[in-house]
Amino acid sequence: MTGLIGRVSPQTLRLVALFMALLATVLFFSTQIDGYLSARMFSRISTSAAVVLPIAVGQAIVIMTRNIDLSSGSILGVVAYVTGQTLSSMPDLHPVLVVCLAMGIGAAAGAINGLIAAYGRVPSIIVTLGTLALFRSFLVEYSGAATITTASLPTWLVDLPQKSLFSVGALEVRVTVVLALGACIVVGLALSRLRAARRFLAVGSNPDAAQMAGINAPRVVFLAFVISGALAGLSGFIFLAKFGNITVVAGLGFELKAIAAVVVGGVSIMGGSGTILGVLMGAVLVDTIDNSLTRWELVSEFWRDALLGMLIMVAVTLDTLASRSLARLRGTSGGPQ
Amino acid sequence: MINSLKSWEGGLLAIFLVTLVLNTSFAPEFLTVQNQINLFQLSIEKIIVALMMTLIIVNAEIDLSVASVMGLSAVVFAWLINLGWGGGSAALVCLTVGVLAGMINAALIAKVGIPSLVVTLAMMIGFRGIARVLVKDQSLGDFPAWVTDLGQKGLIGPLPLSIILFFGLLVLLGVLLHRTGFGRQVVVIGTSAEVARFSGINVASVKARLFVMSAVISALAGVLYAARLGSVRGDSALGFELDIITMVLLGGVSIFGGKGSMVGVFLSILIILNLRNGMALLSITGHVQTGVIGTLLIGSVLVPNLINDWRSRQARV
Repeated sequence: MTGLIGRVSPQTLRLVALFMALLATVLFFSTQIDGYLSARMFSRISTSAAVVLPIAVGQAIVIMTRNIDLSSGSILGVVAYVTGQTLSSMPDLHPVLVVCLAMGIGAAAGAINGLIAAYGRVPSIIVTLGTLALFRSFLVEYSGAATITTASLPTWLVDLPQKSLFSVGALEVRVTVVLALGACIVVGLALSRLRAARRFLAVGSNPDAAQMAGINAPRVVFLAFVISGALAGLSGFIFLAKFGNITVVAGLGFELKAIAAVVVGGVSIMGGSGTILGVLMGAVLVDTIDNSLTRWELVSEFWRDALLGMLIMVAVTLDTLASRSLARLRGTSGGPQ
Repeated sequence: MINSLKSWEGGLLAIFLVTLVLNTSFAPEFLTVQNQINLFQLSIEKIIVALMMTLIIVNAEIDLSVASVMGLSAVVFAWLINLGWGGGSAALVCLTVGVLAGMINAALIAKVGIPSLVVTLAMMIGFRGIARVLVKDQSLGDFPAWVTDLGQKGLIGPLPLSIILFFGLLVLLGVLLHRTGFGRQVVVIGTSAEVARFSGINVASVKARLFVMSAVISALAGVLYAARLGSVRGDSALGFELDIITMVLLGGVSIFGGKGSMVGVFLSILIILNLRNGMALLSITGHVQTGVIGTLLIGSVLVPNLINDWRSRQARV
């Protein structure tokens, strides 16, 4: 046993543990809720996780660089509203262009964060705390507190959440899910295969060392915020398609959901480590619990937040304790990476 | 360092005087005692918690769970009163809830060693969740008259209890931070926890005490909030942590710890209260007010950075 644990990397162990947790959660709820292991439930959870997934992946990249983006929920709201408004005045806009528009607006907002944080050397928690409020108040002023309604949107967008791209057995895989997974796979592959993308981890692991190794650290941090904004924009698009009705509070608190998924997914809040596969499982786990609790008759749905908070705490505490004892187990030679 | 702090506070004082003059010229009744009391009362729970948050951030930590502890304590208070408890004993239970919440935070941060950003983020969701479990989607009210009187009316002359508590805590925590050994330990740990440990300071114990104090003061603020508003819901005090942290950072407290003064935070509180009041007089909505304060927060760190860059470029030429 010791030999096995000694050979497998902590990152792999973390992923295995997460997968077991996810499996246990699904098995548990399947004994509690009638018809839980059904195609309907799969669609419900997968389309709900599809909204959180892109914004969580963006957040993960920012956190890997030892920064944080508290404004991404506000960016999601702004993008969902502006995109919805554009579509209601130009219903013939090509779907691909609409996605590009959503990600473009998000990237622009992210660039503001990145400029101030990376080049103005203002700590990211201060910058994004400020823009969290700023983007939201922009939305309130811009919209005049008016609401985007499903009726004003083109039919292809309203039908999008119910549209499947393909099916695996009885399970329908929705277009929005494929969009979110696509973003996930692109970023995940880039981080593990591309040298340029490894810089996000290098800067977060040790900013000074990265700088000395010839990495332009401010540019990397700037890019991380732009990507986070763009992916928040993608989440904004999926949000718009899923809900149709967009008010000024759209996306409120999504930055917390995203951070929760990232932290449960095993990305270190101190930067420099983490995997997108972990974030994917973190997001799915958080959303599975969220969606299952609303259907669980034994416990009122008001327990959702209390349990979510507890879940994050248990995940992080176990992770901290496990990696510490793992380091002790391996002695000094195989210390934590 | 002392000079830069002094000039920061000088700048804050100047901004404060400008907002004061502008407010007075726009509305002559601004300077009346009643309006000043209203000004403080509107945000009294936030500014009380901001005082304690100053010590936490000087210690290079952060407590995002304050608003949820406030909400939880307010809900517990209302819940017990509706069960027929007396106001005094209900308030005592709330403070105990604060102690417990603080001990959970403290154990995870100081003993297990998880970053406070993560711990208090999880607890922000968790404590709020417990509040929601207690009240569901209802709103609880029907407090005895003496409770709402204590929350709203003057206790000593026109001064209500909460304002007296605020100024008491301002002096108490100011002295604690700037004039005692404990305060110096807080600053040293904030500057470098490593150095503090090698100098024989019990870092874990200092941090633990700070987080328990923070939760207890938040719980106290929650009771004041319930008493002032007379009714409580699951989302009471939601999002207050952002305003509170803004007040502290605008006061010149470094987010990296080790630097900051209670005088600066007090001035920043005065500025934010005046700005909000002034903007309300100009009928600017709450959301835009928050946007203006967000800009102020970013600007307060960005502008000095840009000036420093410009100066060092001048020096090279």
